[in-house]
Amino acid sequence: MRLQFILSELGIGLRRNLSMTVSVILVTFVSLTFVGAAGLLQVQVDQMKDDWYDRVEVSIFLCPDQSEQPTCASGEATGEQIEAIGAELAGEALEPYVQDVFFESKDDAYAAFQERFADEWWAEGVTADQLQASYRVALVDPEQYQVISDVFTGRQGVEVVRDQRQVIEPLILVLNRASLVAAGLAAVMLLSAVLLITTTIRLSAMSRRRETGIMRLVGASNLFIQLPFMLEGAIAATIGAALAVAGLWFGVTYLVQDWLAQSVQFVPYIGTDAVWTIAPLLVGVAILLAAISSVVTLSRYTKV
Amino acid sequence: MGHVRALVRPVPPRTCPAPDDWLPPVIRFENVSKVYARGARPALDDVDLEVERGEFVFLVGASGSGKSTFLRLVLREERPTAGRVFVAGKDLSTLSTWKVPHLRRQIGAVFQDFRLLPNKTVFENVAFALQVIGKPKHHILTTVPDTLELVGLGGKEKRRPHELSGGEQQRVAIARAFVNRPPILLADEPTGNLDPTTSVGIMRLLDRINRTGTTVVMATHDDEIVDQMRKRVIELENGRMVRDQSRGVYGSDR
Repeated sequence: MRLQFILSELGIGLRRNLSMTVSVILVTFVSLTFVGAAGLLQVQVDQMKDDWYDRVEVSIFLCPDQSEQPTCASGEATGEQIEAIGAELAGEALEPYVQDVFFESKDDAYAAFQERFADEWWAEGVTADQLQASYRVALVDPEQYQVISDVFTGRQGVEVVRDQRQVIEPLILVLNRASLVAAGLAAVMLLSAVLLITTTIRLSAMSRRRETGIMRLVGASNLFIQLPFMLEGAIAATIGAALAVAGLWFGVTYLVQDWLAQSVQFVPYIGTDAVWTIAPLLVGVAILLAAISSVVTLSRYTKV
Repeated sequence: MGHVRALVRPVPPRTCPAPDDWLPPVIRFENVSKVYARGARPALDDVDLEVERGEFVFLVGASGSGKSTFLRLVLREERPTAGRVFVAGKDLSTLSTWKVPHLRRQIGAVFQDFRLLPNKTVFENVAFALQVIGKPKHHILTTVPDTLELVGLGGKEKRRPHELSGGEQQRVAIARAFVNRPPILLADEPTGNLDPTTSVGIMRLLDRINRTGTTVVMATHDDEIVDQMRKRVIELENGRMVRDQSRGVYGSDR
């Protein structure tokens, strides 16, 4: 009886304020889509960092035959210079930073080169002497690139020290900024969602003043009086959240996996599983929104 | 009488053993004052009275004399500025907010403007009062028709308020107030919108409800009714109680 009654009151409320209910659904939908987009961008950034930082290494390129670098004025790096660098990388001072060192000789570089560009017509004209030897250093902490760079940059026989991270850093920066923008928009939208839900609940409470007045008079409990209004906000917000999850799912499926993943292939993309991971969060935010709005409004408009 | 006591939430005076037939007053005002706005004339000024179980009390006085404030204090829609109000054995000044609904389930209230829900039928209007306090369906299906029969609206269950006369609408309101068999019935000028003949019918109904043991407190302007009924009359003037007379008439000076 109780449940049935509350549900029928709820139905009346939702129908009576249909346009307001729809607007609550839409505003929560848009705001939670932004929240979700910000979340997904962060997941993407984390995934890229995880994937790439494991593989990135610092390359110490040794002087090739002809180079314009002042450190290479004396010509190609000598065997002594190469050995000295190798010894230092293995030495005590750098031990805490260096995880692994791999020396790539000119012949190794040539083999790798030929393998990589096997199908290219111009690769055949390249000889081993045109390539340069290098040390590939995997770091314990990829962020500690500067240490290696400080030690070896400017040394005789070293042409340049390069951190592979510098190649992907701008991309991560762009994604981080985009995620910040999405979060900012989400905050504004969430605020308007709270205001709109508050207004909706207030209108609904006003339009049923007569009923709630009688309920109070005959001794209905506060919860009983307020529950239909709370559910009204919560249901509208949850539908908005569901729409947002659906929107993000479509976005990831068609935009990221079907389009981006085909056109820009070197990036490890997030899948729809990431959407399902943040879905409970979005629903939680929606319910929280509705709860905050209900408490704020109802304490003022339907008090005993 | 035993029948009535069974309907009332038992309030056993455990600390002081009383004779078997002793019951605490249903409503007790202890030096109650109510001031709505700081510095304004008090709406009630040091009112001190008791209403016994099963009494019928008329509350008379000009508009603004404090009748409505009195009823609002009993319903705990307002709290007194000074003094204490006891209703059904409970001290309202110490009653916590979440217990107020339970207090109100023991008080039926009827108003001059009926306060019916226009989009519900007569049956639904009365059933509403039971639904919202969580009564089971089978209870509602038996109690509501009984109560409608009691107020003389048998056969009009499916009508809507706008299809009824003023007197009939007030009967629906009384049925709604009484359907939960409260020990107290408050009526705020229930005949204020009705013609004299209809009013007499409403008064007979309230008298019948009173005879079942329900305490009735009725605020009214209607001197003819008060003079005819010969019940206890409490007169308020500018918030002060100026007369408390058993078997009284409307104006003491007439």
